[in-house]
Amino acid sequence: MTTLVKPRTLFIGLTLLCGLATWLSLALGPVSLPLWDTLRAALRLMGLPIDAYGLEQAELILGQIRLPRTLLGLAVGGVLALSGVAMQGLFRNPLADPGLVGVSSGAALGAAVAIVGSAFLGGLPDVFGPYVLSLCAFAGGLGVTALVYRLGRRDGQTHVATMLLAGIALTALSGSAVGLFTYLADDATLRTLTFWNLGSLNGASYSRLWPLLLVTAGVALWLPRRAKALNALLLGESEASHLGVDVEGLKRELVFCTALGVGAAVAAAGMIGFVGLVVPHLVRLLAGPDHRVLLPASVLAGASLLLCADLVARLALAPAELPIGIVTAFIGAPFFLYLLLRGRA
Amino acid sequence: MLRVEGVQVRRDRKVVLADITLDLLPGEVLGVLGPNGAGKSTLLSTLSGELQADQGNVWLDQQALSAWSGAQRAQRLAVLPQTSTLDFAFRVEEVVGMGRLPHQTGKTCDEQIINAALQAADVGHLSGRNYLALSGGERQRVHLARVLAQLWPGEAGQTLLLDEPTSMLDPLHQHTILQAIRAFADRGAAVLVILHDLNLAARYCDRMLLLEQGRPYALGTPTQVLQPEIVKAVFGLEVLVQPHPERGHPLVIAR
Repeated sequence: MTTLVKPRTLFIGLTLLCGLATWLSLALGPVSLPLWDTLRAALRLMGLPIDAYGLEQAELILGQIRLPRTLLGLAVGGVLALSGVAMQGLFRNPLADPGLVGVSSGAALGAAVAIVGSAFLGGLPDVFGPYVLSLCAFAGGLGVTALVYRLGRRDGQTHVATMLLAGIALTALSGSAVGLFTYLADDATLRTLTFWNLGSLNGASYSRLWPLLLVTAGVALWLPRRAKALNALLLGESEASHLGVDVEGLKRELVFCTALGVGAAVAAAGMIGFVGLVVPHLVRLLAGPDHRVLLPASVLAGASLLLCADLVARLALAPAELPIGIVTAFIGAPFFLYLLLRGRA
Repeated sequence: MLRVEGVQVRRDRKVVLADITLDLLPGEVLGVLGPNGAGKSTLLSTLSGELQADQGNVWLDQQALSAWSGAQRAQRLAVLPQTSTLDFAFRVEEVVGMGRLPHQTGKTCDEQIINAALQAADVGHLSGRNYLALSGGERQRVHLARVLAQLWPGEAGQTLLLDEPTSMLDPLHQHTILQAIRAFADRGAAVLVILHDLNLAARYCDRMLLLEQGRPYALGTPTQVLQPEIVKAVFGLEVLVQPHPERGHPLVIAR
């Protein structure tokens, strides 16, 4: 075990990284803006009195496209990483993933219902379209997670192992339902469905952004209050209760926060895998498993990582754009294997 | 202190624990012994509130155990389970620091207590080390330090329940750990400890409870309880009992 980074150093480093990623995410793209202009335009958009001369184009691109996209990336990355920490704490296993409780597959099912259903009805008015998709995805994620949670409860106690198995079963079931919708879909719908399943920050708009920002802020403020209890939970459920932790309440909060966070993230940006798994791991390698550091650091690291992945997605095949889910899985899956094999050595 | 009245526990209609009545007094170390499957751990789970008794009552400080709120109970009752499943790379002092969770005593005070508990369990030299890199016996001592820190310094009104705290320890540490537990009781805490070694129990316990098939067979001082015929009846083991040449407590030797 190498020596760990001091929390203070870690937070300074991650804040700088997050700031840099934000700056680059605002500046780079099909039309690259000069870094200095980007910064000035961004500050102007935040209401600082800066001379607008020569910034018209930058301000337009930033305000209409890059700023909502960057905010979306920050929120999705942060909330996925937080959900990963919550799930790894709940299952007391560093290899747990937010998808385990069925939230991702439920959201995918909800989205499939929305996409194929609206195509079947001959398309919904443009005003409702994106909202219906997000709402269905969110409801699907929350619904399946609630079902998994119910199935894991017996005699007033939540059996985490049962929940895990119920999550696997319901994920398979949702998968088959998504498969059925895929089979029923026509070519255009199929394309929408496929792209949605690969995840993208493309087409971010403020109207779809604010519910996610609200959820992210809520989860990011709530979970750190339970950091010490989460530490104790890692000792075991009975040990935590001997330390005075309300274990049933804590488990309920963790599942609820994850369902809300991942549900909102998937609703806004589609399926983006591996962030929730990899980010808490990286932070633990750097700073140890203490949740008082892990939770806030994971928010910053997750947000930075997702913006970097989005930059790759935007620039790798420019002017075409890769779905970001491909990028995160391409980086995340080998990293996951590395973690598995490292443990065996 | 802990009071147990006529406790019975059933599992799938089978009675696994019955007729348990005892007072765990401030300042005493009560050893619980018995063959495998005699109900020792079930007794400990019932006393810690993890398992609900089907009959009878458990009182902690004149109040029903189940009536205490989580944090208040944790301030006066600490439990060390037989094994732990912690699988995250905490540092040793962080694990011990988790024992301070039910208290709001502030960082400085907590650090002093963590240090004292680390010394008491003879793991002070492991401070700063990764918990996952420790041996089984070292981990066991770290968890003992954690429950000691939870009640530190140990006073009347506090209760410590330990399930085989010496099972993975070398001979020297079996004694140093039981001396630390003894010192904890001498400061006023009530301690119930499950042990397997009759001679360790004879040396460090004030009273011993022998369980046989879920029922108490004998309860009393080591001299009263460690009789050849009682040991034969409970463990099926032929023994000689002699006084310890220097200390006088009974010494049990298998024949």
